[in-house]
Amino acid sequence: MTDLRKVNIDGHEIEVPADYTLMQACEQAGAEIPRFCYHERLSIAGNCRMCLVEWVGAPKPQASCALQVKDLRPNRDGSCANIRTDSETVKKAREGVMEFLLINHPLDCPICDQGGECDLQDQAMGYGRVGSRYEHNKRAVDDKYMGPLVATVMTRCIQCTRCVRFITEVAGVSEIGLASRGEDAEITTYLEKSLTSEMSGNIIDLCPVGALTSKPYAFNARPWELEATETIDVMDAVGSNIRVDSRDGRVLRIVPVVNDDINEEWISDKSRFIWDGLGRQRLDKPYVRKGSKLVATSWDEALAVVAKKLKGDPEGIAAIAGDLACTESMKALMDLMDGLGVKNIDCRQDGAPLGSGPRQEYLMNTTIAGIEKADALLIVGSDVRHEAALVNARIRKTWIHGNLDIAMVGMPYDLTYTYDHLGNAVDALETLMKSTKGFARKLKSAKNPMILIGQGALTRKDGAKIMRLCGKIADKFGMVKEGWNGWNVLHTAAARVAGLDMGFVPAKGGRDLAGILTGAQDGSVKTIYNLGADEINEDLFGKAFVIYQGSHGDRGAHRADVILPGVAYTEKDALWVNTEGRVQMGRAAVPPKGDAKTDWKIIRALSEHCGRTLPYDDLETLRVKLCADHASFAGINHAPGAVAAEKFAPAKLGKTGKPLKAPLKSNMGDFYFSNPIARASQVMAQCSKECSPLREAAE
Amino acid sequence: MSARRLAKDQPDSFVLSAASKKEIAVWVKKYPKGRQRSALIPALWIVQKQADGWLPAPALEAVAELLDMPYIRVYEVATFYTMFNLAPVGEHHIQLCGTTPCWLRGAGDLKKVCEKKIGPQKHGGTTVSADGKLSWIEVECLGACANAPMVQISNADGDDYYEDLDTENFGALLDDLAAGKKVSAGPQSKRHTSEAITGAGSLMTKGLYNKVKKKKLPNSAKVRTTKKKAGAK
Repeated sequence: MTDLRKVNIDGHEIEVPADYTLMQACEQAGAEIPRFCYHERLSIAGNCRMCLVEWVGAPKPQASCALQVKDLRPNRDGSCANIRTDSETVKKAREGVMEFLLINHPLDCPICDQGGECDLQDQAMGYGRVGSRYEHNKRAVDDKYMGPLVATVMTRCIQCTRCVRFITEVAGVSEIGLASRGEDAEITTYLEKSLTSEMSGNIIDLCPVGALTSKPYAFNARPWELEATETIDVMDAVGSNIRVDSRDGRVLRIVPVVNDDINEEWISDKSRFIWDGLGRQRLDKPYVRKGSKLVATSWDEALAVVAKKLKGDPEGIAAIAGDLACTESMKALMDLMDGLGVKNIDCRQDGAPLGSGPRQEYLMNTTIAGIEKADALLIVGSDVRHEAALVNARIRKTWIHGNLDIAMVGMPYDLTYTYDHLGNAVDALETLMKSTKGFARKLKSAKNPMILIGQGALTRKDGAKIMRLCGKIADKFGMVKEGWNGWNVLHTAAARVAGLDMGFVPAKGGRDLAGILTGAQDGSVKTIYNLGADEINEDLFGKAFVIYQGSHGDRGAHRADVILPGVAYTEKDALWVNTEGRVQMGRAAVPPKGDAKTDWKIIRALSEHCGRTLPYDDLETLRVKLCADHASFAGINHAPGAVAAEKFAPAKLGKTGKPLKAPLKSNMGDFYFSNPIARASQVMAQCSKECSPLREAAE
Repeated sequence: MSARRLAKDQPDSFVLSAASKKEIAVWVKKYPKGRQRSALIPALWIVQKQADGWLPAPALEAVAELLDMPYIRVYEVATFYTMFNLAPVGEHHIQLCGTTPCWLRGAGDLKKVCEKKIGPQKHGGTTVSADGKLSWIEVECLGACANAPMVQISNADGDDYYEDLDTENFGALLDDLAAGKKVSAGPQSKRHTSEAITGAGSLMTKGLYNKVKKKKLPNSAKVRTTKKKAGAK
């Protein structure tokens, strides 16, 4: 159904779809069009006038971002419209627009953070006049307060309104606006209140000038000094692609990398501003508890102590993997425990009953990009907005295009879009199962219905029963069929899916997390190897001897009897599997701190002390074994999606039984404190104080 | 002109009166369901009248809630239009035209009267008298050039023009307003509306229209009541 039109751009006649804008057509023809207000992922504004091109015969140059090809009527002789992007008119137009933009723009380049990566600088050099002819005074604008994350110098603002459109359309919170008019127009929030969106940091990237910049990063560095490393974010289970900019071995900032399958061009505020937590509360030396105090020691001594404890009865030893554990370290720990005969291992720090069925049981099978094809969505017990901000952004994107009917069973969180609130508790699911009206009818008639289940529903005592009920609903409403798998579990921990994929769950006869902790308290579990699990209350470890391996001094380290300092995600090459089941490669951006070592290497060294040396000495050999043992890890950047959907039977998942009556709540506490790195960050603490009114309201 | 901002001192709350809500509903009905935001400008005007001539922040928020809009969107409109006063004005808000025709006819002297009786001019802003009864601001052309110089006075009764002013009758007008006496709008001189200043010069024959039958114009319907005929839009 493609309606193609011919258009002649700079002498090249090309054929493009009729609903293309002239800018898209010009780009297809290879012409570069400068712009400030236009952004591919936002609505068209057309106010900067930098994208002007000449339509030969028209009285004025045209804003190519807004003019559609279908509105270009042919010339009188029948030939297609002639567009020029390289004529004198266009050059003068660009110079003129640039000159006007620079009239009121302050000469801040030396003190402006955007210098070196500034659209205005680049386009002034590329398309502007040689020098200024402006001799008069420039207007100034008061700086506005927008919160602890976004620094504002509003005199630099060129009123492109990208921030207004992003916050309103993509982030879904209408908080920024353009007040007053003319020379006095200013971008502001209402009463200078803080931005409350969990994606507010993206306006820093969007702002073409230095009006909106990163407050924590202010005046820290120039972009040319920074070393960029593309890696994967671990603040949630989305697996957003990020670029870590570092200098002299310190991470200075984190910015997004475009990935249309996952995070598009955005990242959440937690992913963006977490870097200051990477430099605080770091474990950089091994510690052994002597008496009641933790005493710094050498690696040899620490490993020797641990090895001795691991020589005990394997029934009394357990291993727990936390939310930020990388794939390689979990694999090494699992192999070591296997070699020791330990059956009590569990990567499910939150106790969700996942991992016993096929892989699709615990994945987000629709995939994040796949949400755009859905036409009905049932959310069960999840505050998607804070658990996985980019998934929520994708849902919102589909909803705003009018293609998605959404309903929620669980507490009615503000997700930035309207939905049918079917009820707070599981009985709403039971009603839906029997219903034929309302949302049930929408699900029945939907071509691509999907269900999204949060950990809040699955980690309850009746989690397996809720899963069975959800599975029956998925089956009844045809959510899983050939070519479409609408069964989705939303994870919040970056490590979870990798752990489940490799089977870091109790072996037959082994204890799960609950059993491990019960055993710790009654004395039957004597030694626990804690790989970065910091969300478990210290008291639950009872009198067990806890070995903690992680990067930050949080709850786990406080309770530990031996601390083995590992590294954070920005300091190691590691594989991460996101909630879709997509394996992605993370890369080390900066070296480890102090005496800390890469996590899998610690376990490899420990294995020698234990006399059960692991069969790999380098990362590659470890990965070869990983992929040999568990084939799914070999598919880098590949999310299985609807593969073998017709063979997947959601109605068989979980357990039968009557679920509890209690309302379904998200089990994410404060968004800004959800992992040990976040809890070490001062920026996150500030955000929690100022930007969490929504969380408080929901509670 | 500087950026328009909300006043520093704000009341704690604002409740829309039943009368305001009724009047706003009339405007909301003119737009399709779900498009009630289109009634924002008349709504703000109605609320401004209720709030004695200005818009406190709680009033903006009340209108936003009534029309189901984010606060910032209302703020954008309120700061865009200068007809919305964001700071308190007097009981009678005098808008003095200072554009060329009025200026040539003596608006400068009227300005001096304002400065004496109300207060010195605040460029781009409103000057409020000490007792709060009067306030004044110089504005652009109000389109009553035939009756220059003139002012527009906004108060609870409306926004009428008071024209053909000179220092004397303007001073008297201000005194009457401040004292709470009734005043009449239109020319403050003996002139009838915008009749020629030398006296009427045309259409003066008495009984000129006496014998003319009042022809009904085509398409002139009776005033529509709220009841609509079945099938009508």
